[in-house]
Amino acid sequence: MWGNQNRTLWFWVFVGPFLLGLGVFTYIPLGWSVYLSFFDAHNTVTPDDFVGFGNYRAMLRNEAFTDSLWTFFVFSLFIVPATYALSLALALMVHRQRRAQAFFRSVFFLPAACSYVVAALIWKMSIFNGVRFGLANTVLGWFGGDQIAWLSTTDPPWYWAVIVTVRLWLQAGFYMVLFLAGLQRISPTLYEAAAVDGARPGWQVFRHITFPQLRATSVAVVLLLVINAFQAFDEFYNLLSDSRGYPPYARPPLVYLYHTALGQGQNLGLGSAGAVLLALIIAVVTVGQAKWFGLGRKEAE
Amino acid sequence: MTISRRGLLGAGAAVGLLSACGSNTGRDDGGSGDGPKLSQWYHQYGEQGTEQAVKKYAAAYKKANVSVQWRPGNYDEQTAAALLTASGPDVFEVNGPSLDQIQGKQVADLTELFDGVKDDFNPAVLAPKTYDGRIWGIPQVVDMQMLYYRKSLLSDAGVRPPQTLDELVDAAKKLTSKRTKGLFLGNDGGAGVLGGMPLYAAGLELVTADGKVGFDDPAAARALGKIHQLYADKSLLLGAPADWSDPSAFVQGLTAMQWSGLWALPTVQKELGDDFGVLPFPKDGAEGKPAVPVGAYAAAVSTRSKHQKAGKDFLKWLWIDSTDRQEDFALGYGFHIPARMSLAKKAEKLRKGAAADAVRYTTDHGRAEPLLWTPASRSAYQDALSRIIKDGASPDEELKKVVRKVSAELDRVK
Repeated sequence: MWGNQNRTLWFWVFVGPFLLGLGVFTYIPLGWSVYLSFFDAHNTVTPDDFVGFGNYRAMLRNEAFTDSLWTFFVFSLFIVPATYALSLALALMVHRQRRAQAFFRSVFFLPAACSYVVAALIWKMSIFNGVRFGLANTVLGWFGGDQIAWLSTTDPPWYWAVIVTVRLWLQAGFYMVLFLAGLQRISPTLYEAAAVDGARPGWQVFRHITFPQLRATSVAVVLLLVINAFQAFDEFYNLLSDSRGYPPYARPPLVYLYHTALGQGQNLGLGSAGAVLLALIIAVVTVGQAKWFGLGRKEAE
Repeated sequence: MTISRRGLLGAGAAVGLLSACGSNTGRDDGGSGDGPKLSQWYHQYGEQGTEQAVKKYAAAYKKANVSVQWRPGNYDEQTAAALLTASGPDVFEVNGPSLDQIQGKQVADLTELFDGVKDDFNPAVLAPKTYDGRIWGIPQVVDMQMLYYRKSLLSDAGVRPPQTLDELVDAAKKLTSKRTKGLFLGNDGGAGVLGGMPLYAAGLELVTADGKVGFDDPAAARALGKIHQLYADKSLLLGAPADWSDPSAFVQGLTAMQWSGLWALPTVQKELGDDFGVLPFPKDGAEGKPAVPVGAYAAAVSTRSKHQKAGKDFLKWLWIDSTDRQEDFALGYGFHIPARMSLAKKAEKLRKGAAADAVRYTTDHGRAEPLLWTPASRSAYQDALSRIIKDGASPDEELKKVVRKVSAELDRVK
């Protein structure tokens, strides 16, 4: 009874700490970052030298920043279709599995629980190091191939193989689970009707029944994949940086902004301007993508 | 990754604040002295015993209660962020301090601590700690880098230790085989570690004495072109499990020559005995000179500290008065040259063999990065160097862009 009388109190007891955390750790820093972006803020978070849109102009003219956006674009081009295809294939495989389905689901999902940092270091130091005893080079050696410095050569850009495979391994299981949920929601009657209409099991059923029925899941997966690609930091940073910095290639926006704002340069004004620009780009791309996919549009329309 | 994390990372500047909010300042983990509590930060050294040594020094100081924080990870970034808040260290070692830190009044003026001993500090490492005639950090040791070469591999290939950049390119090519590469300059092909070396080797500077860009000269492009040649010849070891600062690739026979630091000398000596020698970075062209980079972590006092006076007193005791501890710190755990010239001269371990050569190179050819060479300039130059080495970009065009950026940066900080 007394619980009902104090519903407002209980609301704040449960929600308050989270709202407080959200405010302190997200919204205040975000607001402060926007504030900093209008100042010359070298080595200070309380600057007094107002520069207007100077930092924004500098960032947009900065080749390194625009290159980092290009890196995101290339990365998305690889990782979005690759993860989509692999996670869907895994989901279809596991879904059809009659025996030990839970086992295979767990096995494929397990990498999602692995830290990006740990996985990146394993990829860098054991599998794709550039010397003769690295796993990938050992395998190449069996077939008479030359050693490849996977992360250190730009022509051809082998580093993409390392970056993409590590993320693919880490995230395919998570998206597989989303697709599995989608597959389980497809009504069996549709497959029965298709069988009655003479559709051959396999590709034909997949193309005309399964794939269209997974549309909502597909849209969500692609949106999440693109947003996650924008957020790429951990594996890039751990694969390619060293104590002396980060090479100019395969440098995604967050890595570049991290070095600008929080590296030795401590140019917090310029870094914040870049962060605001990046946030705007993410917002525009996400909204554009959602519109294009017709997300939220009513069925009748 | 979660949305909230994106928000935080996207917010850029906020991360510094947050890391400071959550950081343990170390003020409560117990020193032994009376007086004010001081927290002292060090980056994590590779040499065993160093951490215990600095804790022992702190415990021996009785006029303040000094607690030591041994901080692994990106130390330079950690301290830079911590200095923005009041929860940072009172005294700390710094790979600098940078000009922005000095101009931003983040570090205290320590000039008065040098009364009577200033001339005993190695001028090569004291100069980058000096700005406007004031000294902003006490050099703890002198670190230097040099070229290690394996004598037996060179003699087997009929190659003599390279005295010029052309000879280095030629030697690296001849020493490259299916199992061993000629030269290791780091997994990035040398873009990070070489810094100004090729420019010094060509007789140029990063920044001139009057504060101008020191490498707006065709000799710069010529020298950098030769570094690309090393890469194009496939003479460079790339992708080693341990990077240039670790001598593993050299002692494991993955490379015949490696650029590394003096700190690697004990390991190389232990593994290879007398089968190695050391050289400075070789000269290039008629105007060129051999060069070795020198640098020093400095002990500094944060101006946000509530106990600046106590911090200065402690640093004076440790890094100015306690010469026995300075010698122990420099030579007891790994190889560094004491920052005090009087100590360096009498150090037994530095008197013979490769160590003596290293000390001589430091004296004759030592070059420190000038204070005006800011992180923004360094990063623009490093990017260009990477593109020249790996992508075969035109050194002339890349250098033109860097000269523009560095000039603008010099105008900002002067």
